[in-house]
Amino acid sequence: MASTPAVRRARRSLVFLLVIIVGLVGLITLGVFRSDATWTPKLALDLQGGTQILLAAEQTDGQAVSGEQLQQAVSIIRQRVDAAGVSEAEITTQGNQNISVSIPGKADEATLQRIEASAKLDFRPVLSMGFGLNVEDLQGEETTAEGTDATAEGADVAADGTDATAEGTDAPAEGTDAAAEGADAAGEGADAADQDLGPVDPDPLPESAGDLAWITPALQQQFDDFTCDSEAALDTRDQPADRPLITCDESGTAKYLLGPVELSGDVITDAAAQMGTTQTGATTGEWVVQITMNREGADTFGKISTRLYGAPEPQNQFAFVLDGRVLSAPTMQGQILDGRPSISGGFTQDSAKALADQLKFGALPIDFTVQSQEDISATLGTSQLGAGLLAGLIGLLLVVVYSMFQYRALGTLTIASLAIAGVLTYLLLTFFSWRQGYRLSLAGVAGIIVAVGFTADSFIVYFERIRDALRDGFSIESAVEHGWKRAFRTVLASDSVNLLAAVILFILAVGNVKGFAFTLGLTTLVDVIVVALFTHPMMTLLARTRFYREGHPASGLDPKRLGAVYRGRAQFREPVRTGKKHTRSQREAERRQTIAERKAAASAPSAESVGATTGKES
Amino acid sequence: MARSFAEFGNALYTGEKSIDFVGRRKTWYVISIVLIVLSIAGPLLRGGFTFGIEFTGGSQFQVHLSDGQDRDPAIAEAAVAEVLPSSAPRVTELGLTDVRVQTEALDDAENRAVTDALAEGYGVTADEVTYSYIGPAWGQDITKQAIIALVVFILFAALIMAIYFRTWKMSLAAMIALFHDLVITAGVYGISGFEITPAAMIGFLTILGYSLYDTVVVFDKIRENTAPGELNDRRTFSESVNLGVNQTLVRSINTSVVALLPVASILFIGAFVLGAGTLRDISLALFIGILVGAYSTIFIAAPAYAHLREGEDAIKRRDEKVLRLRAKQEHEQAEEQEQTESESMRG
Repeated sequence: MASTPAVRRARRSLVFLLVIIVGLVGLITLGVFRSDATWTPKLALDLQGGTQILLAAEQTDGQAVSGEQLQQAVSIIRQRVDAAGVSEAEITTQGNQNISVSIPGKADEATLQRIEASAKLDFRPVLSMGFGLNVEDLQGEETTAEGTDATAEGADVAADGTDATAEGTDAPAEGTDAAAEGADAAGEGADAADQDLGPVDPDPLPESAGDLAWITPALQQQFDDFTCDSEAALDTRDQPADRPLITCDESGTAKYLLGPVELSGDVITDAAAQMGTTQTGATTGEWVVQITMNREGADTFGKISTRLYGAPEPQNQFAFVLDGRVLSAPTMQGQILDGRPSISGGFTQDSAKALADQLKFGALPIDFTVQSQEDISATLGTSQLGAGLLAGLIGLLLVVVYSMFQYRALGTLTIASLAIAGVLTYLLLTFFSWRQGYRLSLAGVAGIIVAVGFTADSFIVYFERIRDALRDGFSIESAVEHGWKRAFRTVLASDSVNLLAAVILFILAVGNVKGFAFTLGLTTLVDVIVVALFTHPMMTLLARTRFYREGHPASGLDPKRLGAVYRGRAQFREPVRTGKKHTRSQREAERRQTIAERKAAASAPSAESVGATTGKES
Repeated sequence: MARSFAEFGNALYTGEKSIDFVGRRKTWYVISIVLIVLSIAGPLLRGGFTFGIEFTGGSQFQVHLSDGQDRDPAIAEAAVAEVLPSSAPRVTELGLTDVRVQTEALDDAENRAVTDALAEGYGVTADEVTYSYIGPAWGQDITKQAIIALVVFILFAALIMAIYFRTWKMSLAAMIALFHDLVITAGVYGISGFEITPAAMIGFLTILGYSLYDTVVVFDKIRENTAPGELNDRRTFSESVNLGVNQTLVRSINTSVVALLPVASILFIGAFVLGAGTLRDISLALFIGILVGAYSTIFIAAPAYAHLREGEDAIKRRDEKVLRLRAKQEHEQAEEQEQTESESMRG
């Protein structure tokens, strides 16, 4: 084999492909040893078994949620599902208002109810607080670094428990007082069973939400026993609004005993992360969360802040509770009468933004309605996967047989290319499964099987183009180059149409359409890679072997059988055989000839042409 | 067979053998219009499409049995009647091992009771009974999304094709073929009474990609044949288009066969052996779509493109010139033949 530029390019492409494959294998191997990668793609619920719930998120007043609210809703649901102790649950948005929750295994009733409940932001006064971790555990580990860290962290949180700067000043305190508000809240969920809390309720019930009389010995005992990693800590969401609540902050490092709901989150009209300013308007260089409340909220909050300001620790703290979890419990550092409190205390830009989003979107109560719920048994999925794979294998085999039949020895190149495409697809699926949490679904399997046809199609386009070039009289080596240039353009054009379809389906479509679109898009890309980096380079190299160069009848590229008009240096042959009925097409063929060919044709005996085109069967 | 197929390819390539796809376009148009009318009227006459539970809302139970177990639908009907006397469940056997029961939407308690009754009736554990609930809004939701996807795709695809081929007429011809494929595929679904499920919609949306894919390959060749350098004085525009279709005919047949093989294998194995719902629904839509897509590229898209361009002044003028030249040539040849009577080519 002479080392022509074409051959060098071909070798380079093959090496490049090898690098890609080895690189992927290496990455995944590294992942398997160093992290949580696996050697097989993770399976979606329909193959693995589990429960899939599709929820539509809507504001309680029936308005659609925005994109940001939907993201917030997803994180709310994620917290709930995690609280249920479900591992590997997958929560994703679908379309404009749907959230899909996939839980492996059968989900119990409690989990389902937890997921479906509405999200609500409430304000409760802090009655008492403590470290979220078990004190005994801490003492046990005190000598270790970890123990110290945890304590330090707890202390940090308590300290972080933050100083609200009083910016609001002169707004008159009007409207109902805090106690009345508390009583209102009490009215709302009056019949929520309190048999659990029964013995811990004081009698008569205190008037004010911030009244320490709420803390009966029984409740104090509950609070003391409470740790943030306990079972009880996972289920704090459904507590009645008119009773105290024992809960933790989001990180579980601090626990709180909170009074009944004093103000509901919907009074917040806006919350934003911004640089704090002093009284004179100069920036403090510190990130704060600026909250804006509506008029009614401002009035009530004014009363509350008046009460809390100057109260002893920790009763001067006011907790923002989302979904039963304390988002933040800042210390009241002044009377805030204009409804524009700001929270400060060791925020970074990101953490301030996160809290602002939680307050803003949590303030809009979101309802979740179940769109569909599906329990999928693993046996069913496995048998379907089996059927799918069997079907795919048989389909592949048929494609192989057909291409051997049509393209003879070239069919082996098709098979090798399909095998490479298969390996690449598998590696990429495994890789995405590890890095992006992709899961292979039944629809995804269908996408892969369908792709066998599309992938084989690009080889056919290529081979047909080479044949066309041979028919035009090119030598095999140049026919491969010539055919490639034209075929690759066609393959790119048709694959981009396919990719476009896949991308649009992936972005817009719901449910298992996504899985299908993903594999379809992936295999389309793999197709381009394989054709360019494997099929064509291999063809270039093969064209230089004697078998193909001499156009062996079994090569699938026998110029004689392809009716080539020009056969190498100055060897002319009669144009293709023509039947008597085809005088028009014969003229057509003659028109295609060059002047030299016509001259040659005129001098050659016509009998030869018949023998030449008949060729030999392999 | 293979040899004759390759020779068939040769003959088509050189133009020795030529099937007049473009010239006889009126015939194909009529055939397609009849098919389209049938596709629209058929489902209407049958009383509309059959929508799966995903679109109508309701509860669905699927009982998975092992081979040879009794799958009598009466067992399911009895089990449901026991729990919900007034319900009229739809019981279907799926594949070789599954029974599917569809009812109206049930609440949690009813759902558990039906699951238990079914498990008991068929003598399996409750784990082998899967349950799905589909709210009535779900179907509307995915339909809406699918329609948005359809419209966005068509707009983008039309734009991309117009840019790639540098003529909006090719793009338009491809879109006509695409609509043709979608309507007929939907029609076959409607007439055969197959349920329209989300999986069927996936298949349906995939036809978009396939139909255009096929058209792009053929149009690429047509573009080559009608490029300024390639157009010569011997072929009219339509004849050049027709040559392109003929030259890619072998490819079209080969690719359609190759695309159909895996799809057919899912369709038959999926549907008849295991009743794999998702796979069967996707593959049925694809099977019809690939067949119709291959047909429409050759018989509709290419002729329609020639049709759209023929009216252009420049092409008209050139075509007339070609025909004039040809008439003159034929006349000369006829004269020549008269002179050499004994060696007449026309025999």
